[in-house]
Amino acid sequence: MPLLELDGVDARYGPVQVLHGVSLDVGEGEVVAVLGGNGAGKTTTLRAISGLVAQSGEIRLDGERIGGSAPERVARLGIAHVPEGRGIFGELSVLDNLRLGAYLRRNGFAPGYERVRGYFPWLEERRDQQAGTLSGGEQQMLALARALMARPRLLLLDEPSLGLAPIIVRELFRIVGELNEKEGLTVLVVEQNAKLALRSSSRAYVLEAGRVALEGPSGELAENESVRKAYLGY
Amino acid sequence: MSRLAAVRGVATALALAAGVVAIFLAPRWVSDIKLAQMGVYFIALLGLNIVTGYTGQISLGHSAFMAIGGYTTAILVADHGVRDLWTIPLAGLVAGVAGFLVGLPALRLSGLYLALATFGLAVAMPDLLRWDKLESLTKGGQAIQLFNSPALTGKGFENVDLLGHSVTFTRAVDYLTWTVAIVLLVVAWLLLRGAPGRAFRAVRDSEVAAISSGVNIAAYKTLAFAISAAYAGIAGSLLVIAVAFADPQSFPAKLSLTLLVGVVVAGLGSLWGVVAGAAFIQFLPDVAVHFSKAQGVPDTVYGAALILIVLVLPTGVAGGLHRALTSLTSRLYTRS
Amino acid sequence: MTEFAQQVVAGLASGSIYATLALAIVIIYRSTGVVNFAQGELATFTTFIAWTLVDHGVGYWGAFALTVLIAFAAGVALERVVVRPVEGGPVLTVVMLTIGLFILLGGLSNWIWKAEVRSFPPNRPFPTSTWDLGGVAISKQDLGILGVTLGLVVLLYLLFQYTKLGLALRAAALNPAASRLVGVRVGWMLALGWGLAAAIGAVAGLFTAAASPPLDPNMMRPILIYAFAAAVLGGLESPIGAIVGGLALGVLLNLVVTYDTHLHLELDRLRLPIAFLVILTVLLVRPAGLLGRAVVRRV
Repeated sequence: MPLLELDGVDARYGPVQVLHGVSLDVGEGEVVAVLGGNGAGKTTTLRAISGLVAQSGEIRLDGERIGGSAPERVARLGIAHVPEGRGIFGELSVLDNLRLGAYLRRNGFAPGYERVRGYFPWLEERRDQQAGTLSGGEQQMLALARALMARPRLLLLDEPSLGLAPIIVRELFRIVGELNEKEGLTVLVVEQNAKLALRSSSRAYVLEAGRVALEGPSGELAENESVRKAYLGY
Repeated sequence: MSRLAAVRGVATALALAAGVVAIFLAPRWVSDIKLAQMGVYFIALLGLNIVTGYTGQISLGHSAFMAIGGYTTAILVADHGVRDLWTIPLAGLVAGVAGFLVGLPALRLSGLYLALATFGLAVAMPDLLRWDKLESLTKGGQAIQLFNSPALTGKGFENVDLLGHSVTFTRAVDYLTWTVAIVLLVVAWLLLRGAPGRAFRAVRDSEVAAISSGVNIAAYKTLAFAISAAYAGIAGSLLVIAVAFADPQSFPAKLSLTLLVGVVVAGLGSLWGVVAGAAFIQFLPDVAVHFSKAQGVPDTVYGAALILIVLVLPTGVAGGLHRALTSLTSRLYTRS
Repeated sequence: MTEFAQQVVAGLASGSIYATLALAIVIIYRSTGVVNFAQGELATFTTFIAWTLVDHGVGYWGAFALTVLIAFAAGVALERVVVRPVEGGPVLTVVMLTIGLFILLGGLSNWIWKAEVRSFPPNRPFPTSTWDLGGVAISKQDLGILGVTLGLVVLLYLLFQYTKLGLALRAAALNPAASRLVGVRVGWMLALGWGLAAAIGAVAGLFTAAASPPLDPNMMRPILIYAFAAAVLGGLESPIGAIVGGLALGVLLNLVVTYDTHLHLELDRLRLPIAFLVILTVLLVRPAGLLGRAVVRRV
């Protein structure tokens, strides 16, 4: 059974319906990408999973229905969401941001911190720095680190490459890949940078106007020229 | 002219005419002095609406501007024998300048902080008026009496000659207040229709967008304060004329809060609702007294009303009416 | 010199009360981003509840403790029922809501308890004796009030800086959406902030009634302004700042008024305008206050 399943999910912002019957699934240990142009509904898909937007249809985590749960509860179930724009606490220190990441951990802050320091060693010396004064790339890394502090079962990554220099984006995806290989972290990543996302994932869905237009193994999608031109812009 | 504009024009003219008629008829049922006070609130609310409703700057200090206007009139009439009618625009001017001076530092404050600072001003004003050092001007805590001053129209509450008819002093004050009110309403309407009005709204909705469209934010924000303070000053002046005295107790900080209630009831950014707002704050205590004569009841109702409106009808009376009207008129238009 | 010291002591005494109410204001601001205009009236209301308890036979200290608990519950209830619907909306809306509460609670206090003269606590369970320290009289009551105020702020500081709950409270105020994503129950954090503030406000009210009798429905009105000035002076985000601001303001006002005898400006009537000037000056010159942090944002 896949770890995460979406079955005919609709989502709306007030009177405007943004998702129309989206169905996808993510298996344990997979990295799955959600692609598409602006306004295709990619971010909304993640927000629907996290409970940040009104939705209907079925969302199941490990077979258990979670659709309509409040975000706090979804976090409690082991889903860590790194939102668009990073969602860090700019006025708090780096350390406080990480402590918040571990908010739900029963065994405290230390174990998570050890692990996170392994992937982002520079965090240690910046721990007292105000998070808002970090560079864009550093903030994105911090956001990822914070998500990892919770030891999630599923990581939702929303447009991690947005506004970042290519070299930083590559490093980010490298770390994500390492987390997936070494620790079996399941990842659902939403990306506009289709090329990079396809290289880093095993399967992908392409959204268009709130519907799943295409799905398949990432390698195949990347090689298919007409698909690339029509949906992915390269 | 488009049909919509024509309909609007006719409706506006009709409403104004109805208003004028109402002013003449109302004294049959309601006392003159209460109507005059409602007029005073009306004018003050117009002003407050300009700075808070249209330009988005919260001011809890307008009782202070009313005080400035009121005391200007009192001092000029009682000490210098200036005819009360001429003091009205002067009061507006003095208060307007004060408003401009307040508007300058207000540029650096926003939202909450502005509310705090202006509230402080409202609280400070009565004490300032009682200050011994200003006693020669303001008579400290005692009232400045205008009752027997020769410069007061209807001195000693005699009857006043109005266009050949002899009317009581209070009736004359009532008509005076509402005449000024209508004039100021038209002025406000013209102002808000034009460039200043658009600029005000731009400032309220998005300062960043306004700046990038070339709107001089600072100028319009201080202008809004100045104009609204002038209105409040005129209102204060009329109040002092109506009751024929001025004292610090007439302008407590609470008055600022009451005005805010009025603006919210009216519907922020709406001129039409202001009548409802003024009526609400003027007559609510009278209505509340029917429930209980105990002290504190009117406030309880004011407070509850403010809370309810904020929660249930945030766009105030005007907003509620507007919604009702648009759903009506949209049904009319789908035919054609 | 003793005159000076005496005035400083008196200033610290009145300042501790400003500081306590300022603390309540800061707590709500820190945890919800809202300045609660009704803080003073809520304090008055709860103090009257204490009076009612004592009037019905409950001992003073028992009533004190019970009132603090009741105030906490009232604060939580207020937030969940009245403030929750408009949280996250425009500033003006929330300001108006708290102003509505200000008016409502003031009206209720007047209505229910009327403006009779009461002294509270009756029969003075606060010690009236004073110590003489080198010619300066320090009343035990004032010392007690100062002590409790300092104790409160130490507790709160520890809460905010060193506990998980405190961190969650801060986070919920700064970024509710992100807080939810890490599992913080933002709604309850906000309610907790209001509850704490209401409880602290109740203490301020009880102190005010004890230190400056009589107990009347309007007693907290001026205190609210002094508390605002204190909070702004110290920094709206800083509990320690609230204390520093309150004590400093108390001393400042006392000294200004005393030394006015040389200046002949009759400043004792101008305590409120002076407080207003403090608010205005701080907001214009250094909005973060003495101890607040000037927030840096990278755009």
